[in-house]
Amino acid sequence: MRRALWLAGGLALLLWPWAAPPYFVFLASLIVVNAIVAIGLNLLSGYTNQLSFGHAGFLAVGAYVAALLTIHAPALPVVAALLLAGLATALVGLALGIPCLRLEGLYLAMATLAFGFVVVEAILNLDWITRGNDGLRVPVARLGGLALASDTAKYYLVVAAGALLVWAAANIVRTRTGRALLAIRESEIAAQASGVHVAAYKTLAFVVSAFYTGVAGGLFAFIVGYLSPDAFDVFLSVDFVAMIVVGGLGSIPGSIVGAAVITVLYDTLAAFQNYRPLIFGVILIACMLFMPGGIASRVRFPVLKGDNA
Amino acid sequence: MLGVEDLSISFGGLTALDGLGFRVAEREIFALIGPNGAGKSTVFNVVTGLYRPSAGRVRFRGADLLGLAPHQIARRGVARTFQNTEVFRTLTALDNVLIGGHAHLRGGLLRAALGARLVRREEAAARRRARALLERLGLADVAGVEAGGLPLGLQKRLEVARALAAEPALLLLDEPASGLNPTETQTLMALIRRLRDEDGLTILVVEHDMELVMGISDRVAVLNYGRKIAEGKPGAIATDPAVIEAYLGSADG
Repeated sequence: MRRALWLAGGLALLLWPWAAPPYFVFLASLIVVNAIVAIGLNLLSGYTNQLSFGHAGFLAVGAYVAALLTIHAPALPVVAALLLAGLATALVGLALGIPCLRLEGLYLAMATLAFGFVVVEAILNLDWITRGNDGLRVPVARLGGLALASDTAKYYLVVAAGALLVWAAANIVRTRTGRALLAIRESEIAAQASGVHVAAYKTLAFVVSAFYTGVAGGLFAFIVGYLSPDAFDVFLSVDFVAMIVVGGLGSIPGSIVGAAVITVLYDTLAAFQNYRPLIFGVILIACMLFMPGGIASRVRFPVLKGDNA
Repeated sequence: MLGVEDLSISFGGLTALDGLGFRVAEREIFALIGPNGAGKSTVFNVVTGLYRPSAGRVRFRGADLLGLAPHQIARRGVARTFQNTEVFRTLTALDNVLIGGHAHLRGGLLRAALGARLVRREEAAARRRARALLERLGLADVAGVEAGGLPLGLQKRLEVARALAAEPALLLLDEPASGLNPTETQTLMALIRRLRDEDGLTILVVEHDMELVMGISDRVAVLNYGRKIAEGKPGAIATDPAVIEAYLGSADG
């Protein structure tokens, strides 16, 4: 049963570009990119209870690093560009995570919010390299001799990266590291008494979360093809939080479903641009009131569950 | 094995411990008793690194524990339970115990992420050990149940299981019998004895339940207002005038 579901899901993912019109191929790529961010954010907020409203900042760092690398080193394979984007963003995550160790709850939310603004300002001010408000045209990603120019080619790149990252996250959360993060969320005192180095794991959560978001940023740069700082505003950070709240805090499948729901909703509401914050706000509040565990608490996901039942 | 010397700590002018000292020998069951607010739990919090005393020393197997972080003390073989239980509420009983074994697993982030064979092997072994511990404490049936949903008595036992998963040399039990009925207390006493006799653990217990204290302790120290007012074998303690006064008030007071 499990195997059949996996097979069906995998086949659907692989065949999607042949069944759907190009725009929906792009939309699917965007869902996967957002799902990677949501997983990263969930590791930090859902698993370790460190709320972040600055993940658009991490996404921007990854996107610009990948884009600039590809511009200045055109021969660089896309896999290396994505990895370097992730690692660079992870470094930024480390730099943000250490001072944030002293902060909790609302104060942490405000610090990460400020981080998001700082990144946008930095992109604007470093215009000799980022071209500021003029924006940056991202070259086509290359893999060996292959140019990943079409929506379909980009889609496969995104799906491959996404599958790898989902698999890795599932491995992390059901083993020692994931349990340590959950222990910190539940009781820092008891976690310490069990030998968990709380500060180290809180910082690690920032680093891993930033890595995921940085790789997603690189993928975002390639599928969109054009970067400008206004794409990474604070509302995007709020959207990411909405994804994990709707999908389910502390759930990998929930992150994916939440990303899909919010991305599709966002797209559907494109005509009502001005009302979007209002609608998303209502959804967030309703979700917290009536479904605090998110979609993941209402649906039994047949796959990706830990074997601790 | 554990030596506490001249320990003093105060909170905002209120003296919680005042020159307290005692020694616990290897494989001893040592009880700390005293009226509420006597400083018993404070001793635990100092020994496990949560509080830093203004004066005094805590030595464990020859090493100084003061200045070490709580997780470092845990890794040296000191495990504890909490007065008001601190189970990981939304995690299963099994996961609670697995976290107790955290320090004994090697698999780091990268190897776990890549599904390394070492990680899969040690995880499987850790799960077997955790299930065995749950079995031993009579919790096998609730392995998959969220810890926060368990009755208090089971949560207390789960904390013991989690502490044992750390394979400690010294086990600190903070009021393990509170909220238990007499039958459960009897079971608990038998368990504590077995932990010493079969597992070779040294046990420091804070408890109000005199039946438990008198029934299992090798030695008892009595605290009042942060000072030790008596120490000795349970039988001698029960008839000590200073102890009776601390508990009942003096006849002419």
